[in-house]
Amino acid sequence: MAKLTVSFNDQVVAEYELDKESMTIGRKPDNDIQIDNLAVSGHHARVLTILNDSFLEDHNSTNGTYVNGHLVKKHALQDGDVIAIGKHKLAYSNEQASSGEDFERTMIIRPDAAGMPEKENTGDEAIDRSVGRLGAELVAESKQVSGDAQRSAKLRVVSGANAGKELQLTKALTTLGKPGVQVAALTRRAQGYFLIQVEGGDDSRPKVNGQTIGPEAVKLEDSALIEVAGVKMEFFLD
Amino acid sequence: MIATAARRPDLSDRLAIVAITDAGRKRSHNEDRVGSDPGRGIALVADGMGGHKGGEVASGLAVETVLQRLTEGLGRLSGRDDDIDGYTPESDLARRVIEESNRIIHQTAASQPQYEGMGTTLAVALFYDDRLTVSHVGDSRVYRFRAGQLEQLTRDHTLMQELVERGFYTPEEARASLNRNIVTRALGIDAEVQVDVQEDITLPGDVYLLCSDGLNDMLGDSAIRLTLAEFDDSLDKGAQRLVDQANEQGGSDNISVVLVKVLKPHPTRRSWFKRFVDWFQ
Repeated sequence: MAKLTVSFNDQVVAEYELDKESMTIGRKPDNDIQIDNLAVSGHHARVLTILNDSFLEDHNSTNGTYVNGHLVKKHALQDGDVIAIGKHKLAYSNEQASSGEDFERTMIIRPDAAGMPEKENTGDEAIDRSVGRLGAELVAESKQVSGDAQRSAKLRVVSGANAGKELQLTKALTTLGKPGVQVAALTRRAQGYFLIQVEGGDDSRPKVNGQTIGPEAVKLEDSALIEVAGVKMEFFLD
Repeated sequence: MIATAARRPDLSDRLAIVAITDAGRKRSHNEDRVGSDPGRGIALVADGMGGHKGGEVASGLAVETVLQRLTEGLGRLSGRDDDIDGYTPESDLARRVIEESNRIIHQTAASQPQYEGMGTTLAVALFYDDRLTVSHVGDSRVYRFRAGQLEQLTRDHTLMQELVERGFYTPEEARASLNRNIVTRALGIDAEVQVDVQEDITLPGDVYLLCSDGLNDMLGDSAIRLTLAEFDDSLDKGAQRLVDQANEQGGSDNISVVLVKVLKPHPTRRSWFKRFVDWFQ
């Protein structure tokens, strides 16, 4: 099992096994790893552990979280990494990290409806640890992301005679433009809406926020300004 | 059935499809299955998982049931059906067929102890009316190669994808991680499954790649892109070359590659003109 060894002025002061999917680090007593020092924020960072891999996440701490001397917000921990929080050092060790064979096989995380700890379908190899609540949390978010893509959106014309006219986007694919001049399509994917050119050639491409798009689809953020066949439109997520 | 199916135009001269699957270098079994029907514009890949023969049973069931039911369902579409909840009738059909396939696999797993826990990914591309419906569950992918650029159309249902989106990994780091093979959705695991369905417009010259993770775990996007560019006029050789390259990189999993090239426009349902009048033409 992976562990964090905490030291202060080169003296080891504590050791923690990463046996929970989420271990918080901070000054306050409700943290899993409490470091009572004013250089440490109340809730400074946390370590997420999924199967054999652990991930460090800074929680907008005042003085920051460093790994091997570099300031990080998010970091996938590797055996031998040294985390610095204030004057404390937390050495990450994970001897199992390199034995990858069991993990070559595809596994399925299967949270139950309530998002409680789930069982895995591991194929021939049994995995000796539950993925835990975190996996379920991520899966639930994954479904949420797909749900987001079903959110409605609209286009509002901002130039020309039709300025102010709105189109509610309700279809998986919506085509826009003038045949023979320039045609683009808005396609809805899991991550959101994407604009792609359909017709018009290299010298007549649609624009997103003033930039001409290439042959690949471009994701539209809320309030993106698009231009198709000379008509400027603003894209809104409802 | 044959008479009604014939109402839809045969796309055999408009689409070229090559489908190959290979056990790779490390596995004794091939649990992947591929399928295609150029005439009806169907291509699919399934990557099975589960002990004993469960994996290949699950992927085999997925490919068989989806091909068969899609074919039947397409034959029943009149060509004048309305959109359903913003999706074309073909997209709606694809989603229903995959949901049915999920139930069949799930029931098979539940009724036969040796198949308990089996599951499979599935990626399906359905071509019609100068359009494409991509439906998928799990980490089998669909890419588009157009104008020299490669674009991944699907979003993996994996824990790794979640971690990439949360900023813990770059996509390059993700390919090297041990957690990369944990899928968050698969057919056969539960009585219900959520299928991602998206639509796009096809252009002549497009090449679509459906693959199992045995390909994209071994080859990065740029290697895939270079190979597709090199073999743009020879689909068979291109597909085989991708499999060979994945094997040369270690071939640690089963490798499946389905390439679909759009040779000509294939409008069917609506006129060319009508398709482009969604708004302000």
